[in-house]
Amino acid sequence: MRVYVKFDFNKTCKTVLREQLDTLGIEYVIHGVGEVEFERPPTLLEMQKMANNLDRYGIEIMDDQQIALVQRIKDAISEWVHEEENPKKYNFSTYLSEKLDYSYTYLSSLFSETTYSSIENFIILKKIDYVKSLIINSEHTLTEIAYKLNYSSVAHLSAQFKKTTGLTPSSFQKIIQKRKERALMQ
Amino acid sequence: MPFKTLNIALADDDQDDRLLFKEAIEEIKIKTKLSLFKNGQELMDYLTLPNIILPEIVFLDLNMPIKNGMQCLSEIRNHDKLKDLLVAIYSTSSSEEDIEETFVNGANIYINKPNSFGSLKKAIEKALQLNWQYHTSSLNRDNFLLRL
Repeated sequence: MRVYVKFDFNKTCKTVLREQLDTLGIEYVIHGVGEVEFERPPTLLEMQKMANNLDRYGIEIMDDQQIALVQRIKDAISEWVHEEENPKKYNFSTYLSEKLDYSYTYLSSLFSETTYSSIENFIILKKIDYVKSLIINSEHTLTEIAYKLNYSSVAHLSAQFKKTTGLTPSSFQKIIQKRKERALMQ
Repeated sequence: MPFKTLNIALADDDQDDRLLFKEAIEEIKIKTKLSLFKNGQELMDYLTLPNIILPEIVFLDLNMPIKNGMQCLSEIRNHDKLKDLLVAIYSTSSSEEDIEETFVNGANIYINKPNSFGSLKKAIEKALQLNWQYHTSSLNRDNFLLRL
């Protein structure tokens, strides 16, 4: 029998992080997904221990602050894309600069310089990634997915999907379905 | 800059195509180190050597003597050390069935060999850029499909 599971990545990451930080015995606060503030600076030995513990989960302590900031932009984009309850009343640039407390112009040029992508492109990539997981994991129709992710129409969603992946949503779905069937046969 | 050099491998039996690919990839701004192979067997022999640094992307021509691209793809997907490699098919075939079949067999990218140098450069650049995003961001690599 095969059981399919779905992840809440935010929750998974935070729980793992908390469990590992607890073993350190220093008071801390987690800001957002990717930022931890300690009550006192950890010693070099403690940092090393923490890095080792987190490494097993694919969590890495970043030493370059610019890379760290880019990572926080990516996390904010993820949150924005996956946010359901909060209707997107204001635009992403306002949301981002308020959340990270830097001007959008600065964040946007930092992002382009370090990632081979603009923020706008990355949002599209992230949205399409979400669309893919919805197509695969759930019973949603494309119309429902388009509505959920604030696309003005199914046509718009399909066009963006095609432009990003080179495939239509339905051929994507067909390929993944066939992969599953093949895996089951083996 | 946090960018590192990407290791790329290409298996293609056509010498001109290999040369063109090499020139195109050298002109794009992403830094790469390209290893070339004349057929699938040469590539697989290399990939299964102990202690080599695996390439970030493997580009496979479909029609090659000795071992073709489809055979390489299945071997890669069934090999413990290689199964997570990113595989791009690089072929002249534009048959819908061929394309679907390569994706179902586990290819991540399908590039129709472009007929101009400019569009070849563009296709490689797009593939590498997207690959970069998948390497550095929390995107689901199992669902990484791209057709160019």
